Amino acid sequence: MGMMRRHTDRSYEAELAALREKVARMGARVEGAVATATRAIVQRDAAMAESVRVEDRLVNRLEVEIDEDCRRILALRQPAGSDLRFITTALKIVVDLERIGDLAANIAGRAIELAEAPPLLSPPDVGRLSELVQAQLSRAMRAFVDSDVALAEEVKGEDDLVDALYMKLFNQLLGLMMEDSRNIRRLTALMFVAKHLERAGDHATNVAEMAIYLARGTDVRHPRSRA
Amino acid sequence: MDETVRMAVRGLSAFHRGTAVLHNVTLDVRDRSVLAVIGPSGCGKSTFLRCLNRMHELAPGASVTGEILLDGRDIHGPGVDPVALRRRVGMVFQRPNPFPTMSIFENVAAGLRLNRMAGDLDAVVERALRAAALWDEVKDRLRGSPGSLSGGQQQRLCIARALAVEPEVLLMDEPASALDPIASARVEDLVHELKARYTVVIVTHNMQQAARVSDSTAFFYLGRLVEHSPTAELFTNPREERTEEYVTGRFG
Amino acid sequence: MKAALSRRVRSAAAFLLTALCVVIALVPLLSLAWLVVSRGWAGFSWALLTEVPGPPGGAPGGVGNALAGTGVVVFWAALLGLPLGIGAGVFLAESDHDDRLASAVRFTADVLAGVPSIVAGIVAYGLIVAPMKRFSALAGAVALAVLMLPALARTTEELVRRVPGALREGGLALGIPQWKTSLRIVLPAAAAGIATAVLLSIARIAGETGPLLFTSLNNAHWSLAPDQPIGTLTVQLYNDAISPYPAMQQRAWATALLLLVVVGLLNMAARVVAGRRAEGAHG
Repeated sequence: MGMMRRHTDRSYEAELAALREKVARMGARVEGAVATATRAIVQRDAAMAESVRVEDRLVNRLEVEIDEDCRRILALRQPAGSDLRFITTALKIVVDLERIGDLAANIAGRAIELAEAPPLLSPPDVGRLSELVQAQLSRAMRAFVDSDVALAEEVKGEDDLVDALYMKLFNQLLGLMMEDSRNIRRLTALMFVAKHLERAGDHATNVAEMAIYLARGTDVRHPRSRA
Repeated sequence: MDETVRMAVRGLSAFHRGTAVLHNVTLDVRDRSVLAVIGPSGCGKSTFLRCLNRMHELAPGASVTGEILLDGRDIHGPGVDPVALRRRVGMVFQRPNPFPTMSIFENVAAGLRLNRMAGDLDAVVERALRAAALWDEVKDRLRGSPGSLSGGQQQRLCIARALAVEPEVLLMDEPASALDPIASARVEDLVHELKARYTVVIVTHNMQQAARVSDSTAFFYLGRLVEHSPTAELFTNPREERTEEYVTGRFG
Repeated sequence: MKAALSRRVRSAAAFLLTALCVVIALVPLLSLAWLVVSRGWAGFSWALLTEVPGPPGGAPGGVGNALAGTGVVVFWAALLGLPLGIGAGVFLAESDHDDRLASAVRFTADVLAGVPSIVAGIVAYGLIVAPMKRFSALAGAVALAVLMLPALARTTEELVRRVPGALREGGLALGIPQWKTSLRIVLPAAAAGIATAVLLSIARIAGETGPLLFTSLNNAHWSLAPDQPIGTLTVQLYNDAISPYPAMQQRAWATALLLLVVVGLLNMAARVVAGRRAEGAHG
């Protein structure tokens, strides 16, 4: 769409810019939370995991704030066109971001559980999956903020990679459980972590789809449901 | 959805003392639908409206080229009397303009009486006032002066007056811009009802109003039709960048 | 505080100055009214309104025939002048600004408005008196009609123009032809204002003397016939005033007072109509 002209009403322009910045900040926060929670697993650091849960409360507060900002702009400014699409997508994106935040907190919960239990001798690598999801989320957010359709399409494609890596991890964990039943409890925790990361990847994909809708004005979700 | 075209505008240009104020406009007005015309001041939207009932050419030095088909017949064709055309294409103006020397009844009856058109005046007046959602408010003072009515009631009186001659198309030139929000909401509600029987073309400064009342919206800029789309589409996902800039308030 | 004080002082000074101007302007007016009332009152009687003038040197009699004569002349003048004047006014208002015929009419009216009233008398003399070889009330009426035309036409034009264009458009948008819209919708909206203009123009011509001197001439007897010479208050007054007989001079003063009352009443009627219009506009 290129560089848009500025709004005639500069206070409106400023409100939209502030909202855009806030959504970007929320994206960065949950991305950080996923990274920290995963590191807490790898480093067996319960304190670090605890910090993720504190962070989640901040993210929740940010979601409420963004909701309010959107409602206020809808009521007072009656946005139309791309502004309207931006507000409605922002309202949906924060739900996905908040869910990712929750998933990060859940991962942190497992990290505390694992930190309290004796370490596994050869823990499977969840860090790789986590990095993939973080990159997916970060790029989806950039696509949203910059209305970059090409980037968003790329992110949507990456979901297959995440799914494949998750399946690989799942099978690996299953194999380890069958090898030694004493590790089942800890391996189950890791299985949950992998599942949470895979879900976080799905939410990142949603963000990418919203970014496409925002930029193009067409809904790319559920292609078959449209007559 | 009924796709019958009531009015078809083909390559319409309008001039004022030799200067073009409307350039090559082509669009269809569907039967029994509401077309909203929006755009910044001086974009030609009022001129466009006044071309549809040949009021534009009344101004000194005004002329038009191109075709406007009403039910398939060119309204500028030979043998088309502009005076008779205006009975088929009625108009309501920005400010309520009831005839001050006539009673409420006489105002509604004016079109029939002064045109010597046949009909049961009492019945016609009641039907028109009911159609304009004003009957209950004025039925006990039909002989009273329109000056005693509120601005919103006066505007609905003018709508009733226009409806009394049974037009096919009703043109509205910013009909609610001089009214308070409640009166303006009543006029908008009325437009929704009129759609069942009439084809309505409404010019408005107020984009939210256009969004609320119309089925399709035409955006004019600098005398040109930039975009004509279904209203929901034009306000959420306009095709043209100019439209986007206008509906989002990034203009000038 | 200081600034406010000096502002108040200057404001008071300005008020006093304007009040003084009003008083100075009123002095000649009031003294004229006083002169007419004080001198005319003595001759004011029922007989003044009902009797014909007595012979020179005899009993004064009255100016009843002249009062009726003024009525007759003004009636015929109005009958001729009002439709023409109002019609021309509507034509001027409804025509385009660059219409050549309208420009010509407008120019003629403006020239006519500046013509001394005596010239209107000469025109009527040439048009009516000379061909008919007789002075007549009708000739006087034509002279007065010519006099009332320009102001009436231009006032009507102005009043019709001031009717909001929205009303005209409202009529046209209903498919009412233009001439019918002008006459049935626009003109009635200006009617109250035009009524005021009509009364004022009648008040103006009722006080004319010059054009009547050699058109309707004078008549010492009762006559209402339009084709005969007729007495009018103004000509009667003129004749009496220049006569050497004190009784007739006294009658002139009384006639002047009567004329003042008649014109005053017409002006008051115009004010009442205009006032009612203003009220109507608010309602």
